[in-house]
Amino acid sequence: MNTSLLPFFQWCEATAIGHAIKASPWLFPLIEAVHLLGLATLGGSLLLLDLRMLGFGLRRSTISEVEREARPWLLGSIVVMMVTGTALFLSESVKCYYSQPFWVKITTIPVALLFSLTVRQRVARAGTSQPTGRSRGVAIVSLALWLTVAAAGRWIGFS
Amino acid sequence: MLRLIEWLAATHWSIALHESLYVYPLVESVHVLTLGLFVGLAVMLDLRLLGLALRRVPVSEVIARLLPWEKAGFTIMVITGGLLFYAIPVRTYQSVFFRAKVAMLLLAGLNVWVFHSRVERRIADWDVAPVPPRAARIAAIASLVLWAGIIVAGRMIAYNWFDCDIQPQPAFINWAAGCVLPPHELR
Repeated sequence: MNTSLLPFFQWCEATAIGHAIKASPWLFPLIEAVHLLGLATLGGSLLLLDLRMLGFGLRRSTISEVEREARPWLLGSIVVMMVTGTALFLSESVKCYYSQPFWVKITTIPVALLFSLTVRQRVARAGTSQPTGRSRGVAIVSLALWLTVAAAGRWIGFS
Repeated sequence: MLRLIEWLAATHWSIALHESLYVYPLVESVHVLTLGLFVGLAVMLDLRLLGLALRRVPVSEVIARLLPWEKAGFTIMVITGGLLFYAIPVRTYQSVFFRAKVAMLLLAGLNVWVFHSRVERRIADWDVAPVPPRAARIAAIASLVLWAGIIVAGRMIAYNWFDCDIQPQPAFINWAAGCVLPPHELR
């Protein structure tokens, strides 16, 4: 943890949005609940393709078709997660600064995003109808990355 | 009923679970993360029933392929949810959010039953239709609304705004939560 980042986190918490959420008794819980609705949709759209790439789920559809069908919901739920997640962060930035799970989450997110939008998407679109060793590996890495993000996110609340 | 819940709260394992440093948060994390599996895949089926995703995949295929995962997800949800209740029985039992959640869970179950026994019986007529008939779409919307409500209510159980030990509360809240108030706090 770099101490020079602390002023930035303090600035985040002092923003109008951060203040407004902190001042309201129900705004944080409400945004948190929407964050969870996003989590469910994100989980569903990820699993649909990852299960297929492992050889489970919608086995009669090609991997590339499942990728195409899941993509809008994956991207949409990521947007919801980013917006609500940023709002939650702004209301307790300094707490996050001192939270180890927060740092795990915030460093895993770019890796998970990059992996999903590059390697995973490319392998899925290659369009095999049967899962290969490569597609299985990609699915496992995808699940592991997003599971880390979700578990670390839940753990911010316990610290 | 309250006496049974109070007995439950006094059992050794309930106290141990409540006071555990890691087991309770772990159980709660599994409960929350399984949302992605259980509700997530239910959402995908609902989107198919609305004609918003997987339009070229027969509905029966989506149901058959996702059902085992839904069963697994549901099992994890019930076990971890039961443990969470067992760890904090009295407060949870007297939570308006928990009661709302249980009511919505029953409605969601009813919705599945109606869909399965009525709408799905004629699935052969519309299995491959990109947009299923109205009855199926209504079931999908009911499912989405109920699961969203269940998630929101479930998250709110953690907040103590309407707890019985925080008084005064509106009479309606005390009634809905089943609070047992000492005489001087009765209004």
